[in-house]
Amino acid sequence: MRNDIEMALKGKNARYIEIRAEHAEGTNLAYRGKSLEDVSKASVLGGCVRALDKGGWGFASFNNLSEINEKVEIAISHAKHVGGARVELAKVPPYDQIVAPHVGEDPRQISIADKKQILDNYAEIILSTPGVQTANIGYSDNYRKTYFANSEGAFIQQERLDVNMRLSAMARANSDVQQAGISLGSLGDFSFVRSLESEAKNIAQRAVDLLSAPQVKGGPHTVILDPVLAGVFIHEAFGHLSEADHVYEEKRLQEIMYMGRRFGDKHLNVVDGAALPALRGSYAYDDEGTPSTKTHLIREGLLVGRLHSRETAAAMGERPTGNARAINYRFPPIVRMTNTYIEPGAATLEDLLSGVKEGVYARNWYGGMTSMEMFTFSAGEAYMIRDGKVEELLRPILLTGNLFETLNNLDAIGNDLEMNQGGGCGKGGQSPLPVSNGSPHIRIQNCLVGGA
Amino acid sequence: MKIIEHIIELALKSAEQAEVFHVSNNGTIATYEANRLKLMETQATEGAALRIIKNGRIGFAATTDLSNPQSLVDTAVEVAPFGPYAKLAFPTKTTYPNVTTLDKSVENYQAEKMVETGQTLIDQLRSIHADVNCEGRVGKSFGTQTIMNSRGGIAQHTASSFGVYLHGTLIQGEDMLFVGDGETSCSPIEDTDVILKSVTGQIENARKIANSPSGSLPVIFTPHGVSSILLGPLLTGFNGRTVLQGSSPLIGKLGQQILDSQITIWDDPTLSLVPGSSPSDDEGVASKRKIVIDQGIAATFLYDLQTAGQAGTASTGNGSRSLTSLPAPSSTVLIINEGAESYADMVRDIPDGIIVEQVLGAGQGNILAGEFNANVLLGYRINNGEIIGRVKDCVISGNVYNVLNSIEAIGTESRWIGGSLKTPAIYCRSVSVTSKE
Repeated sequence: MRNDIEMALKGKNARYIEIRAEHAEGTNLAYRGKSLEDVSKASVLGGCVRALDKGGWGFASFNNLSEINEKVEIAISHAKHVGGARVELAKVPPYDQIVAPHVGEDPRQISIADKKQILDNYAEIILSTPGVQTANIGYSDNYRKTYFANSEGAFIQQERLDVNMRLSAMARANSDVQQAGISLGSLGDFSFVRSLESEAKNIAQRAVDLLSAPQVKGGPHTVILDPVLAGVFIHEAFGHLSEADHVYEEKRLQEIMYMGRRFGDKHLNVVDGAALPALRGSYAYDDEGTPSTKTHLIREGLLVGRLHSRETAAAMGERPTGNARAINYRFPPIVRMTNTYIEPGAATLEDLLSGVKEGVYARNWYGGMTSMEMFTFSAGEAYMIRDGKVEELLRPILLTGNLFETLNNLDAIGNDLEMNQGGGCGKGGQSPLPVSNGSPHIRIQNCLVGGA
Repeated sequence: MKIIEHIIELALKSAEQAEVFHVSNNGTIATYEANRLKLMETQATEGAALRIIKNGRIGFAATTDLSNPQSLVDTAVEVAPFGPYAKLAFPTKTTYPNVTTLDKSVENYQAEKMVETGQTLIDQLRSIHADVNCEGRVGKSFGTQTIMNSRGGIAQHTASSFGVYLHGTLIQGEDMLFVGDGETSCSPIEDTDVILKSVTGQIENARKIANSPSGSLPVIFTPHGVSSILLGPLLTGFNGRTVLQGSSPLIGKLGQQILDSQITIWDDPTLSLVPGSSPSDDEGVASKRKIVIDQGIAATFLYDLQTAGQAGTASTGNGSRSLTSLPAPSSTVLIINEGAESYADMVRDIPDGIIVEQVLGAGQGNILAGEFNANVLLGYRINNGEIIGRVKDCVISGNVYNVLNSIEAIGTESRWIGGSLKTPAIYCRSVSVTSKE
């Protein structure tokens, strides 16, 4: 592979060329109800070329790797056609490295029969809960070996393994259907899949309980978010706007996203970094061959950093942070988050609850989206808080807010940081990208909750 | 064709039945950022998926590496003992309806002309609204899908598609406004006036920010609004798989009135030169036009082969799949019938209410039950029959089975959203709106 790629880069007439190739193998198991409805394996071989010339980008992706030379020519001719003389790349030394995968209990060493047995057990637990209509269980593991080479002399070979699991339960009473679920994941370690009995039990019971749960009244509420949901919150509410590709060509955004701007109280510190070990958003080099880093985005409430590709870093005169990622060979790399979290403070959950006369305690995530200024995220479970005590279960809630207000309304940060490894992130048609996010418990005043 | 036949031959050495789904596709996309062409790309895709029935169970494997067909067969054989029992028979040789999916002029349509179409559209918008930062995409693709099975069934069609999308961001202080529209066709698109008009209209309506209301209010869902918030929760209930699992609220309600009698929805993949159309579904079942909701009455659920077999009924021709996944039921091309009231009359009719164009966070609620709950990303306030500006920090919530049960009117003007939905605006009497004010 190395030889073919390096040969294809030789003697080409372009300012910069990079070639990526990958081989991926995935296994998928899905239950609908009692039965395993989908067992499948997919194997993907593909490559892409990205070329920069006359300041414009050209890109070609393909499955037939024997066509690599001709694809390099196509990418170069696209780049010349685009032109425009505006793209520069920040300097990154050309690394030559082979990166071994992070592997705990290797999912590839576990037979489908064994995987099925483990999942059968969860299906059984969920379906045997009185009142449950059906269960949906999804398991997947994906191995990916990638090669990166560029015309500056870099050659990086990396391997990674992703493991994903989703459990959900549905309960139905007449035309009312309620569901509860949980998403979990890991970088290269199957072992978490083995011990989810109590989670399976909990979601099954919750789905049933939701049928008789009341809906919270829509409007502004004091909300306390658990570490999982707070992680989704910081990812959606702030993380995306710190991706420099939104900012680098938009003067008016630069005016409001300037370094040193206050986004929250002194207690607020936000970090993103793929250099953290063994999380789903972790890697050694990004898809432009830049080494991963750990970047403070907010320090003591002030904007201090943002996430870059080589292009956005050069355009803004900042250092590349190793955040250029592509979900696979079909796409050029774009600026993405990796492992994003709020650093812990000193408060306990009790401290956060005390003093809340009436509010909502929201746990777990169901989804999240952002339009940069506005964001929404939804809780997997929610409870009323009265006089500092967590009380009855509520129907699922959608929380929404405005970037420039909500972080300022974050008035307490707990001491119990946890990273959530479930799910993935979508941007520019590239989804789901493996990321993790996390936080301690946090409290937000005056957060808009949708409801009837 | 040769490789497909070869895979089936190999598979039949160890399986009772085999089916190959093969795709080969070429696409070119011009991407614009910050008002200018930023990237040109081409995509060449080829791959095959094999579905076998062995000892009565389904095995499935997919690959983009066609150099080793034996390994594809071995993988499908390896997983088959754990797969579900096959409740399907692959379709035998069938006559397909005559559906045109190909405009040959797309294949050789010049990239230069695509680039020009996108740049002209952006320049035109900016000549009217100079402060808008535009992103855009002009893309074409051309590809062949082949389904062949061991019972003699074969379905092959070549389709072309062409798309133009324009997205604008307007930042004023800390306020961000997002507008956009697009068009998809089987033929090259050169006239982009409709997109331009739509986007400039959005900016004109939204430039001013109005106070956002709270309460149960009349709401007009524009065609984009219907697509972005109402359609998902509504369709989930009709999906054969949801029904089979017992989690559709429509179980036992076929033939019953579930929505306002003004609502009629077709699932119709047989319209020629519509990007979502096709002579067969992704399992080789002949496409057919069918009524899903007939004057508010639930008329049919949508099935693929396996779910239909499990439910003891026949496939409705709604098997849909990507290369690496098993088929699943999905709608094809949806047509919502037009009503009797013009959009302008709807707006004039409302003393206090909102128009919803785009939402953020749809699909995060309990869509199985028909619920929606989302932030209004692009929507306008109506006061005394006039649009007075954009709403912000505003959430709409409800249940499609309630909201679409008390409809004031359906629009006379319908339009395509992407290549698989044609809908007019829908004017609902009362929807819950929550704002921060």
